[in-house]
Amino acid sequence: MSTASARTPKLGVQAATKVYQTSSGDLLALDRCSLDVQPNEIVSIVGPSGCGKTTLLWSMSGLHRLTGGAILLDGKEVTGPRPEIGIVFQEANLLPWRNLDANINFPFEIKGEKPDRAWIAHLLHRVGLDGFGGKFPRELSGGMQQRAAIVRALALKPSVLLMDEPFGALDSFTREEMNRLVEEIWLDTKTTIVFITHSIEEAIFLSDRVVVLTTRPGRVAKIYDVPFPRPRSLEIMGTKEVFDLTNRIKMDIVGERRPKAQEQPEHKSAEIVRIRP
Amino acid sequence: MNGGDAIPEFSKAKSGDGQDVSLTNLSAFASGPGIKSGAEVAAILAVAVVIIGGIELALRLFHVPQYIMPPPSSIAYALFDEFPLIAPHLGYTLVELVSGFAIGAIVGLVMAAVITQFPFAEKIVAPYILILVTTPMLALVPLLILRFGFGYTPRIIAVALAAGPMVMINAATGFRRVDSAKIALARSYGASTLQIFWKIRAPMALPMILVGLMIGAIFGLLTAVGAEMVGGGFGLGNRLTSYSSMIQMPQFFAVVLILSTLGILIYVLFFLIGKKWASWET
Repeated sequence: MSTASARTPKLGVQAATKVYQTSSGDLLALDRCSLDVQPNEIVSIVGPSGCGKTTLLWSMSGLHRLTGGAILLDGKEVTGPRPEIGIVFQEANLLPWRNLDANINFPFEIKGEKPDRAWIAHLLHRVGLDGFGGKFPRELSGGMQQRAAIVRALALKPSVLLMDEPFGALDSFTREEMNRLVEEIWLDTKTTIVFITHSIEEAIFLSDRVVVLTTRPGRVAKIYDVPFPRPRSLEIMGTKEVFDLTNRIKMDIVGERRPKAQEQPEHKSAEIVRIRP
Repeated sequence: MNGGDAIPEFSKAKSGDGQDVSLTNLSAFASGPGIKSGAEVAAILAVAVVIIGGIELALRLFHVPQYIMPPPSSIAYALFDEFPLIAPHLGYTLVELVSGFAIGAIVGLVMAAVITQFPFAEKIVAPYILILVTTPMLALVPLLILRFGFGYTPRIIAVALAAGPMVMINAATGFRRVDSAKIALARSYGASTLQIFWKIRAPMALPMILVGLMIGAIFGLLTAVGAEMVGGGFGLGNRLTSYSSMIQMPQFFAVVLILSTLGILIYVLFFLIGKKWASWET
C-alpha cells in the first residue's frame, strides 16, 4: 500500500475481491482490485464488458459485501449503504409509478426526513427540469430521466457520487450534453465522482484519472492521468493528445481479449502511466 | 464472507418493469383508438340492433319453440316483468360473492406477500397451492352443505376457496417480480425490509395483484352461482335451476343476462382500477 499520499483518500479500495455464487459454481468477479480516489477527484473506470465494473461500484457503495479486501470512505470501512454516497444507476432507475417530484422525494421518505425544497429546486433548475415535477418517467426522454436520477442522487448532498454507466443508453449527442452537465455540477459542488463507462471518450472528457480494468476477474490493469484543464470544451476531444490516449486505452482493452500464447497467469501490480499534453 | 448477492443485471427486456404482464389483457374495451365520434357509436348500435333483430326474426320465422330458445323480446320482457322477484336473489348472490371474495382476497394477498419473502417456504407450499388452484371448489359444496347447512356459510366458504388461490398465485407472481436495481436503490438509502416491501415490491406487484383480484372475482361468481345450484332455496343459481325445471325459459335467460352483466361489471371495475393505479405499466 502506498503511503506517499499525505491526504487520506476519499474512497479507498483495498484488494477488493468478490466471488458470486452462481448455479454453475463460484464466479470470481473482482480479484484484488486496489484503487484510491482522492477528494474532489473524478475517476472513471473503463474495461471490457463483464469485467466487474458494476460489481466494483456496487461494492464501493456498500450495496454488495466484498468477499475479501475492504472499501474505506474517509478512512473508515464501508460495511453497508452510507448516506454520504450517492448512486446514479444504469438507465436512470426511476420508479415508474411515481412522478418526478415523488421520485426525488424518495430518499427523504426512506430516511424519514423532510425534503430540502430549496436544494431540490436549485438542482432541478441546474439540470433544466423546472416544471417537470408532475411528469411520470415514461413521459420523459432518456436524457431527462437520467437528469432526474442525478437530482435524486444529489438530493441528500452526498460527498461521493458513484455513477454506473449512467449514459450508456443515450444517443451520443445527449450523452455529450450530459457529460458537460456532470462537469458543471462537479465545478459547482466538487463532489468526488467515480464514473463507470464503456465509452473511452466519455471517460477522458470527464475524468482526472481513467482506470482500466482487465477482463473477468476484474483487476486494475492501468491508470492514466488526464491532465487537461477544466472546464473542458468538446474541442479538446479532437486534439492529438486525446486521440493518442484513447488509442492507448483501446489497445489495453482490446489487447486483453486477444489470446496470448505464452503468458502465464500472473498477478502484476498496477502500472501507472502518465501522459503530458 | 457474504457471497449471497446477485450479480447486478440490467437486461434490456426488464422482467421487473412488467412489460410481460401489462393490463392490456384487460383492455379489450379500450382496444383500438377508442370511440371518438357519434357516428361510430351509431354504427356500433346499428350492428347490435341488426344482430338482435335478426335473431328475433329468425326465431319467429322458423317457429323455434320457447323452451329451446326464447326470442330476445320475450327475454327482455321477462327481465322487466320478473325483476322485482329476481332482485332479492341478486342481492343474496352479491352478499355471498362480496363477503367470500373479500375473505379469499385478503387471505390470498397476505399469504402471497409472506410466502414470497421466504423462497424455501414457497417451495414447500407450492404443491398445495397448485391443488387449491386446480381443484374446482364446487366439488366441495355438497360436503360444505352437509357440515354447514343450506345457509350463506357453505357458499361464502366456497367462494373464498375459489377466489383466494387465484388472488394468491397472481399476487405472488407480482411480488416475485424483483427488480434488483430498484431494490438496490432503496437499500442505498438504508431502507428496511418493510420499507422495501411497501415502497418497491407492493407498487411493483400491483398490476399483477389487480389481475389476480379480477380472475378471483370471476371465479368467485362462478362458484357462488354453482353452489346455489347445488342446494339451498335462494340466489341467482337457485333461480336458474328453478326456472329451467318449470321450463320458464324467458325468465331463465333473463337471469343468465343478469349474470353476464355481473361478470362484465367485475371486469370493467378492475379495468378502471388498473387504469387509475397501474397505468404506469403501459
